[in-house]
Amino acid sequence: MKIYLKFSTALLLFAASPFILTSFHINLLTEILIFGIFALSLNVIVGYTGLVSLGHAAFFGAGAYTAGIIAQNISANLLFTLGGAVLLSVILACIIGLFCLKVSGFYFLMLTLAFSQMVYSFVYQSTGWTGGSNGLSGIPNPILFGWELSNTVWVFYVVASLFLVVYAILGIITESPFGKVLVGIKENEKRLKSMGYHTNIYKYAAFVISGIFGGVAGALYTYFNGFIAPSDIYWTMSGTVLIMVLIGGAGTMLGPVLGAALIVLLETIVSTYTNMWMMILGAVFIIFVIFFPSGIYGISKDIFKGIQNHTVRPKVKNISNEKVS
Amino acid sequence: MYEETILEVNAINKRFGGLEILKEVSFDVSRGERIGIIGPNGAGKTTFFNLLTGDLTPTQGTIAFHGKHITNEPNYKRTRRGIARTFQKNNLLEKLSIFENLLLVLQRKHGIKSTWFKVRNNRSYRALYEEAEALLETWGLHGRRNTKVENLSYGEQRQIEIMLGVATDPSVLLLDEPTAGMSQSETDYIVELLKNLPEALTLMIIEHDLDVIFGLSDRMLVLYNGHVLADDTPEAIRDNQQVNEIYMGKARVV
Amino acid sequence: MYRTLENNQSTTLEVDKIDILIAQMVNGLSYGMLLFVITCGLALVFGILGVLNLAHGSLYMIGGYVGYSVTATYTQSFWLALLTAPLVVAFIALIMERTLLHYTYKLGHLSQVLLTLGVAYVFHDIAKIIWGTNVLSIRVPESLAGSVSIAGQLFPLYRLVIIAVGIVIAVGIWWVQNKTRWGAIIRAGLSDREMIGALGVNISLVFTSVFVLGGILAGFGGVVAAPILGLYPDMEFQTLILALVVLVIGGLGSIAGTFTASILVGVLETFGRYLVPELSMFLVFTLMAIILVWRPNGLLGKQVAEG
Repeated sequence: MKIYLKFSTALLLFAASPFILTSFHINLLTEILIFGIFALSLNVIVGYTGLVSLGHAAFFGAGAYTAGIIAQNISANLLFTLGGAVLLSVILACIIGLFCLKVSGFYFLMLTLAFSQMVYSFVYQSTGWTGGSNGLSGIPNPILFGWELSNTVWVFYVVASLFLVVYAILGIITESPFGKVLVGIKENEKRLKSMGYHTNIYKYAAFVISGIFGGVAGALYTYFNGFIAPSDIYWTMSGTVLIMVLIGGAGTMLGPVLGAALIVLLETIVSTYTNMWMMILGAVFIIFVIFFPSGIYGISKDIFKGIQNHTVRPKVKNISNEKVS
Repeated sequence: MYEETILEVNAINKRFGGLEILKEVSFDVSRGERIGIIGPNGAGKTTFFNLLTGDLTPTQGTIAFHGKHITNEPNYKRTRRGIARTFQKNNLLEKLSIFENLLLVLQRKHGIKSTWFKVRNNRSYRALYEEAEALLETWGLHGRRNTKVENLSYGEQRQIEIMLGVATDPSVLLLDEPTAGMSQSETDYIVELLKNLPEALTLMIIEHDLDVIFGLSDRMLVLYNGHVLADDTPEAIRDNQQVNEIYMGKARVV
Repeated sequence: MYRTLENNQSTTLEVDKIDILIAQMVNGLSYGMLLFVITCGLALVFGILGVLNLAHGSLYMIGGYVGYSVTATYTQSFWLALLTAPLVVAFIALIMERTLLHYTYKLGHLSQVLLTLGVAYVFHDIAKIIWGTNVLSIRVPESLAGSVSIAGQLFPLYRLVIIAVGIVIAVGIWWVQNKTRWGAIIRAGLSDREMIGALGVNISLVFTSVFVLGGILAGFGGVVAAPILGLYPDMEFQTLILALVVLVIGGLGSIAGTFTASILVGVLETFGRYLVPELSMFLVFTLMAIILVWRPNGLLGKQVAEG
């Protein structure tokens, strides 16, 4: 029951936002939610399955470019563009996953990076379709049921509702038996195999799910921005989303969203003062990796626990030995 | 004793590069047997287990289970056929609770293919939960169900190793040094526990503690330098001159 | 009369084509050697420390930029740059290992790799602040600037020298690895990291030295490559990614594998750029994909893929 309450609160807040916030803040919120979806999608493999990918921009780019190209050449209907983006992301994830999941650890990181650069160089060099280094501009506004989503509020509503849908789907997936297997793989793949799990299939499925929602985020970004540049598919994008997941708190549902919010806000603030954004981002990331490895979510949980522990002090350790001996 | 042969190992070899770990090992296992496997360090005992469970595949030779060739089958398929194992070093999902560990085994056993998108504490999993609760009750771990495995004592973790193996409903359970590193009282507890396992369950046990192994086995296999030195009843092994010379020379049998 | 003229024309055309192919081959080989020098450092650090240094490209970039500063402002001596830049980069690598990596071994390798990612981001902007965003280059030293004629064909001397230097470094590393005590330690570490401890050497010292050595190789590569590849923002990421591709293709723990893969990638990229410019990068990645299917552990690497 509690979960429905949380969801309806979020729904109400999103519905009310355009009446409370300025259009600048609505835009900011939209961007946060888009990157929230993107970070949530990466979190499926990084946080839950324990496979650290540095090539997630490939799916974001695939979704963004597919949506843009379809909108320009075929139809701006949101169902078409989103459907196309999802379809291409699935295909791409199926192909890339086939190669990358042959290996694990840092090899996985290297391969995902290399494959996403492959996608990048394809986009960059096939000028006819993608506009090459100029990117795609003048993408028409998305159309939903004959209604043109021409202003920021409508785009925000689309993004917010999709965000809630994606959040719910991923929340259910990670709580499902399937999701628990992923956590098991992250913890100890060898044990999972000896339990009888064909872990490769699970990893592959997780990779594809992750790719799909990465593509959704990309498509939404196209609606939001109306413009796509090759830099949206470059590896720094993969790096940034990985940073969002880890700063927020990998392996939790809320963490990646918090991470996305922090990074987007920080970038907005920082960019009014300096264009040395990468340096700030890198430094913040280094601080988090060393001092707060469990991320924002972990910190807030610790603080919350600290307050609780002050009154009740549960003993967790030292319950050993009395049973077996 | 049951006479039905369930596992047939036929002349398996295992080489790593130029090193031959196992040479021409053959033998049959019948249902319900309790087989102790002993041998000095480096005799190839754990490698032998890995070949049976599919963690490794033999260089030569065949393995059949219930008459079916499983020589090159991967480990997860063999688990589903009914070959389970415990590991020499505790190899558990340490960050998860005992209950979570157990649920993962059970949901696999019952097949979760069609339920990817259902939250697990759904009504349809009532049976799963009840089975897990019941198992924890039998193993005396119910009070500890939500404790993270990493917070348990070493002995308890060893116990959970065995419990997870048994929970897959195997017909053969391979135990790799189940009492390694345990105190005497912990060891006694585990021995008692193994003795109480269902009679139809075949056990193969690697063990260095000779008291334990002689107490549990009704048949013993001595591995030495990668081949089977002796395969006989415990009594016969105890009297086997050769075995006494090369293996028990240092550790006398009590 | 007409016929002979036509014949003549076609033969000169053929000769031209062959000339171009040979010239491209030299370009490809020299490019491959550069990749080898850079990837070698990355591979050593990864193999021994277990840390995939995502800031390795940044070290390479800093080497190039420092080399530029030395040649452009102070003495204008390429040779001094070739000496200074690797030392500066080695110093940066030393600080990086001693401060960031050394104190974070307890956090695990993943955290360390992520740290190097953060460092790469920081270095990117630092380089932008110091050297700006324009494309810079280092001039080839006088003594290496010309061309030499071999079998009637002219070759740029600098590129030939790079090939020679690459071979010398490869042989040097091979020699160190196979004939010295340090080499034995490194070889042991590459095949099984835990072995280093078993050899009874000071692991901490080995780690630092290897990381600094990686820095020296990167810095050296940066200076040597600058006259050919130029210096520009983002250069470090492009190089890092190519180095990673070389590492994957060659396989871990094998200098011979890295060497072979470097040459393959270098030649393929150069010819790709010449023959199908729109697909040049794509070709390299395709090569990688094919090799992964064919040999999941790389050409000559140890086991990393699961069965």
